Amino acid sequence: MKLLTLNFLTCAVKACKSSSESFPLHPKDAELAQDEVELNPQLLTNILHRIDWNALRTTATELGFPELPGQAPTEEELQADEKKMKDLHNLLIETQLMEGKLVCGHCGHEYAVREGIANFLLPSHLV
Amino acid sequence: MLPTPDTSHVPYTHVYEPAEDSFLLLDTLSSESETSFLQSHFPASNHTPPLILEVGPGSGVVIAFITANAASLFGHTDILAFAVDVNRFACTATPKTARNAVHESETGGGLFLDAVQGDLTTPLRQGQVDVLVFNPPYVPTDALPTITPRGQKEEGKFEEESRLLELAYAGGKDGMEITERLLEALPETLSERGVAYVLLCAGNRPEEVKERIRAWEGGWRAETVGNSGRQAGWERLCIVRIWRGAT
Repeated sequence: MKLLTLNFLTCAVKACKSSSESFPLHPKDAELAQDEVELNPQLLTNILHRIDWNALRTTATELGFPELPGQAPTEEELQADEKKMKDLHNLLIETQLMEGKLVCGHCGHEYAVREGIANFLLPSHLV
Repeated sequence: MLPTPDTSHVPYTHVYEPAEDSFLLLDTLSSESETSFLQSHFPASNHTPPLILEVGPGSGVVIAFITANAASLFGHTDILAFAVDVNRFACTATPKTARNAVHESETGGGLFLDAVQGDLTTPLRQGQVDVLVFNPPYVPTDALPTITPRGQKEEGKFEEESRLLELAYAGGKDGMEITERLLEALPETLSERGVAYVLLCAGNRPEEVKERIRAWEGGWRAETVGNSGRQAGWERLCIVRIWRGAT
């Protein structure tokens, strides 16, 4: 799964939804892969309008990527800097979490990721 | 007519095969009234790509259709598509159907993100979904199958296959048990501009369902925007659009 996708996901446990600790989920024992996806500069800059930049920073740092700046780059900055654009495209869209776990910072539940598919089904005692 | 995505790679022993209900969703979403609604609701000038979520995509035919034909449906291809299915085989099939359809698309299509395994909208952060599509298990049944495999390995292959297929159609009382849970979660799942398309059959009593939604707090609207099937009997199908506000 893409790191961009992680920006839309949280713990499936109802009681965790209202806690700020349940987002973003924390990758553990992560194995990453790279997909090749054609860069769409307009879509990429527009995506920045809707993602939680701080959550992306946390995810990137936890996966060992170089630290992202405190603020999302502006459209002008991205258009002027092809490398920045490519790096962000690579991080958000090309990088795939293939194996590992996603851990909730609130309840500690671990969601398994296998072959790029995360499993958010809860055991019956947590539903 | 817009092309229907190819699903020939999907294992139909484990995943619901596209049927009349799936095709009604395709026809409705690409109808003139719905494309004009989507285009005015999510214009390219917003610069904020809508997140499209299909719950229970099965083969992926519907979300693939939306992603690949974004230019016709939304008037632009600046969309993000996502899917949640309880069935792991569907989670494998759906991205493949979507990527193939986008690849075949002459207009390029939107960006398909991922499919994750989960129960309805429970893995989603609140207020993120702009368009939600749900073709539920709507057939009235006495009981519901379990969401996770009941037994361990000794449970037969046949039992597991029938459980997965049952999950795709068995709706419990009035065929509404799963749909009710999805509807309950809509106000927190949808963004302010969010809209849901939910398929119902006559046995689900769509007129009563719409009345209940209109009584929700916050000015909700519910209208039938597509119809098909036999003129009588519980299998007659309709698509209800659910959204907030005056437009």
